[in-house]
Amino acid sequence: MIEQNKMPENMVQKQKKNQFKRWLLPIIIALLFVILFIFDKEKGISSSEVTWNYFKEMFIILPPVFILMGLIEVWLPKEKIQSWLGKGSGIKGILISIGLGTLPTGPLYVAFPMTATLLKKGASVKNMILFLGTWAALKIPQLIIEIEFLGIEFALLRFGLTLGGLLIIGYLIDLLLKKDKESQKIELEKLIVN
Amino acid sequence: MITTITMYGIVIIGLIFSLIKDRQKTLKAFKVAWKAFLNSLPSLIGILGLVGLILGILSPATISRLIGSESGFLSTITASVIGALTYIPSLIAFPLAGSLLRVGASVTTISVFITTLVMVGFVTLPLEIKILGKKFAILRNVFSFIIAFIIAIIMGLIL
Repeated sequence: MIEQNKMPENMVQKQKKNQFKRWLLPIIIALLFVILFIFDKEKGISSSEVTWNYFKEMFIILPPVFILMGLIEVWLPKEKIQSWLGKGSGIKGILISIGLGTLPTGPLYVAFPMTATLLKKGASVKNMILFLGTWAALKIPQLIIEIEFLGIEFALLRFGLTLGGLLIIGYLIDLLLKKDKESQKIELEKLIVN
Repeated sequence: MITTITMYGIVIIGLIFSLIKDRQKTLKAFKVAWKAFLNSLPSLIGILGLVGLILGILSPATISRLIGSESGFLSTITASVIGALTYIPSLIAFPLAGSLLRVGASVTTISVFITTLVMVGFVTLPLEIKILGKKFAILRNVFSFIIAFIIAIIMGLIL
């Protein structure tokens, strides 16, 4: 890591600009909150309450997520990930991806850091789409709630169709991303290194 | 609750093994975790605000009014847009979907609502782009949105 004060002038400037860009979204959201409070105080209060509730949820679930990402990063060797989840992993890779995805592990954004690490270590895009998709749509605890409120026919049919759909889009996205594998890699390096 | 316990359980077991095997590497794992967290922080905060704004304005009551008891194609479209825009935990979403189904919303509408809700994340898109890259994130969301309709139409035909 290069120290801030050792950087050339233009790099410092660039970093400042990046800092601003990084915080652009939160700044816009904050402004929207102010506007909402001015025009509809009641909605502003309920929005703040929702934000606070999700804030609590997120900051309870995030520490283990990022630590797990770090552990995967330092412990699981590239060759292992490649053989489990990489290009040639075939049915085994598909089953591992689905198995990991259906574990009771929280909201989808939780899976992004792990997916990034696995991709970086050689997991195939197809398997990662499958992993994210099952994580999002086919988690076991979620399925139990779904059966309770929407019936077993609805839940199982959706489960089967979603699984089929995920295999198709996984294959398609894999195909579409093949060309710019390199830019993908750089993107991932940035998250961890910078 | 169970999800939190599972996550912490997995991580604690992993950390114990890691510490026994190599302290230095464990420290490095924490460093990687902290860096990634700091890099994602602005997007995370943005998402929290966005979720609050959308759910504060679009309450479950408003959603059921919008998707309503009509079974036309328009309400299916509306359901897909709401599903893609909002981020609602399944403990709230499924009871809501169940009650809408009972008051007369079609299977297609409810199915598209659930699939877009869980698979398409407009609010989490900034974070997804940040972590997984623009192309990956956008392709995943767009394809998921399309597939949600295909799934819903097939479900509507069968059920």
